[in-house]
Amino acid sequence: MSDTIEKAPSSGGAQKVSQINEVVIRIAGNSQDGIQAIGGFLARLAGRSEQEVMTFMTIPATISGGASIFQVRMGSGEVLSSGDEADVLLAFYQHSYDAHLASLKKGGIVLYDSDHVVPNEDLKKTYHHLGIPISGLTVEAIGGTAKDKGKNIFALGLIAKMFDLNMPKLEKLIGERFTGKDPSILNNALAAFHAGHANPLGNVLETFKFVDAQKKDGHQVVMNGNEAIGYGLIAAGVRFGAGYPITPWTDIMELLRRELPKYGGCFIQTEDEIAAISMAIGGSYAGRVAVTGSSGPGISLKTEALGWAIMAEMPLVIIDVQRGGPSTGMPTNIEQSDLNIAVNGGHGDAPRVVIAPANVEDCFYMAIEAVNIARKYSVPVILLTDQGIATRIEAFVEPNLEKVCQDISPDFTPIADHKPYDLSNANGISHHVPPGTKINSGKYPIVTGLEHDELGHPTGSPKLHMQMTAKRRKKLQALAATLPVPKIYGPSEGNVLLVGWGSTEGPIKEAVDRARAAGDSVSSIHLKHINPLPNGLENIFSGFNHVLVVEMNDEGLYGFGQFGAILRARYCDPKIQGINKTDGLTWKVKEILERTKTNLSAGLRKI
Amino acid sequence: MSETLLAKPVVSTTTPPTEERKGLTKKEVAADHPTWCPGCGDFSVLALYFKLIEKRKMWHEKITTIAGIGCSSRFPYFVQAHGAHYIHGRALPFASGISLSRPDLHVFVFGGDGDAFSIGGNHFTHTARKNIKMTYCVMDNWVYGLTKKQTSPTSPLGFKSKTDIWGAVDYPINPLKQAIAAGATFVARTTHTNPNHVLQMMEAAMDHDGFSFIECLSECVEFYEGAFDSSNPRKGGVFNEVPKSHDVTDELAAYKLAGTDFPGHFGIFYKNSKPTKNAREAEIIKSYQSKTAGLKDWQILQKNFDKMK
Repeated sequence: MSDTIEKAPSSGGAQKVSQINEVVIRIAGNSQDGIQAIGGFLARLAGRSEQEVMTFMTIPATISGGASIFQVRMGSGEVLSSGDEADVLLAFYQHSYDAHLASLKKGGIVLYDSDHVVPNEDLKKTYHHLGIPISGLTVEAIGGTAKDKGKNIFALGLIAKMFDLNMPKLEKLIGERFTGKDPSILNNALAAFHAGHANPLGNVLETFKFVDAQKKDGHQVVMNGNEAIGYGLIAAGVRFGAGYPITPWTDIMELLRRELPKYGGCFIQTEDEIAAISMAIGGSYAGRVAVTGSSGPGISLKTEALGWAIMAEMPLVIIDVQRGGPSTGMPTNIEQSDLNIAVNGGHGDAPRVVIAPANVEDCFYMAIEAVNIARKYSVPVILLTDQGIATRIEAFVEPNLEKVCQDISPDFTPIADHKPYDLSNANGISHHVPPGTKINSGKYPIVTGLEHDELGHPTGSPKLHMQMTAKRRKKLQALAATLPVPKIYGPSEGNVLLVGWGSTEGPIKEAVDRARAAGDSVSSIHLKHINPLPNGLENIFSGFNHVLVVEMNDEGLYGFGQFGAILRARYCDPKIQGINKTDGLTWKVKEILERTKTNLSAGLRKI
Repeated sequence: MSETLLAKPVVSTTTPPTEERKGLTKKEVAADHPTWCPGCGDFSVLALYFKLIEKRKMWHEKITTIAGIGCSSRFPYFVQAHGAHYIHGRALPFASGISLSRPDLHVFVFGGDGDAFSIGGNHFTHTARKNIKMTYCVMDNWVYGLTKKQTSPTSPLGFKSKTDIWGAVDYPINPLKQAIAAGATFVARTTHTNPNHVLQMMEAAMDHDGFSFIECLSECVEFYEGAFDSSNPRKGGVFNEVPKSHDVTDELAAYKLAGTDFPGHFGIFYKNSKPTKNAREAEIIKSYQSKTAGLKDWQILQKNFDKMK
């Protein structure tokens, strides 16, 4: 809302209406108050209004209750991150008010439930205070039965009023949300919503109106990263998988369990993580790429089986929704510290593919890419996301599903002969032939974790071990040659290049924008293919004096984060340094900028 | 499962209909020469698996042979058919992945007592309780053979191994009790020294619609010679079949019978018919698909996307 572009003159004591490009609203309450629902409605509305939207939420690790926030940033222009500071804070409780007022920018509006919050008089000059007895008015609007329930919808009405949001669209969204339920529930929700909207907003001096968004090509869909992955896998043709519940991966397995039967498939909840990956590998062996997934600790448990799939050259998709680690760590916080286990986890020389989506739209398309790489190269592919992207809601242009959806049904046509580990291809690629396929030579393949000959029979031959180890590596080198070199954001030459991977693309790009606006020479690239890396990065690095790898993980024993260490090992370039943090929170744009500056002054001394 | 998951199985044009094909001979189904020690009981189990394939006219492409790690788990290499040699203890979930996505295949899992009851104990329990359709034959030799004589979860008290030089001190697992308690729907016991009985149990297990478990005593001549002599009439022992009066559907009676001192009984201890997980999942699919009949996959997905606009 810093971009207020035009202020309509206020006349005759009426409220002023300001035109705005975007707004950041933080809703703070308890997890059972339905604050995610308010954020969800706003995000969905933005999607339908062709606006851009990005959200950020924290959920407590407790079973029920606990403080929780949902932040939504919506705007008519490009939205890259969920926003460093909020323009509006909606606080339901004293603890929400106390804990989150600092996230509000100076002069921002704090809208609080005066039934629960006693404002701090000293801060009334710094922030615009607007107290409304939300709880009381909700009870008044919908009767005493609903108690606290419904106050989230009342608050949505307040926000709708404040930002002149499209009422018919919001009413439709509320209708869709409560469809099929007891009609009195929908009526109550609408009553609460209208009561909120009818509130005169006390002493607020101005309301806001978004400038028209640029027309987008086609409709937008609004979903979070975990949903995008689940639906992406379905579009890719995946029809079987297995998993074990662990936050924040669980949403994906719940979605697949619920949705796959419609497509004739099924997802199995197994007794443990090892059974989950084993069952998925069994499904892949049976002929159709299957999926498993987990978060940190579960990925550790799966690594022996992952090694088997690499050795046996079985296609497989593994989702790792990272969280704070090690061990149980910070299960509901964000961290990018599983990169090492994704790339190297396990024993032996075990090359596998690791790709990392940068946004929710990527989650959808890269789930499909993961399936296709697994099939083409007969290799496990790890799709590495994190808690932030998993729960973040974004709008993106609706995919053309008729074109995107693919059929990957296995082919059981009899074949003359088959070697599961054929060494004749220089690129190391061979293919899995599933059971059910008649092989006319009468020689049938065994897939195995023992070192083997071309037919899959065990061997202790040093020559074959060298050849097969090289085969498993060459496949990935062949893949690397096909990967696109990432586009540079900003000029291709300059002082600083920020390098990111995964969910941090938005804040990094925004940092580049702000730095450039301030006259600094900063560009960025964002890697989506982590292992193997695309070729040609050295040409990009050569255009900059400093290459700073921005990651949410520890700087490590030698001063480089996990991806930074990979890039240093790969390019032996001392100008590659790290900007790392482990606070369990997403990057703020200003943090990246400040850390870049500090790193440059310190870095100059180091080099 | 449904056709969509399966795709359409392609029927080979070169394969005559089942009735006209002769059962595969041992020559056609034997692959590598087994690496087992001469005299190992596992040879007998392998020979009877070949016989089962021949007798029941199963084709190479319609069976899969799966194993974990251990001497007996080398099994798939010796069978000329699709197969997989998986990791230690996890053959059952791997096989479940095949069974649940490919109802057209016979899934056979072979392994040893360490694989089944030690490292893979959890999977044994859950595969049994879920009643996932497959046949699991555990070649029980009461000792770790591949790693050369350590105590196994079925080693009897007092057995002297390299990890219990004074004799085993841990109470052994009773595989049959374990299977019955876990909810297995077919539980049988046999011994490698009685080939006809082994084949009989394999056939019955294969015909069972559900998780069928066979404990097959299989002597390790190298590290536990003579372990099962008292069950072998040729060595002066007795081969007691499960009494004719035993009601195989009586869980408690089966449990009690399983507790008989060695050499105990041989035959089917427990058999019960209840829907498999395969059938239950197929039902869920059927009911969901009746709501989306006539829609292409992308159209079903489109319905979800329409709700997210």
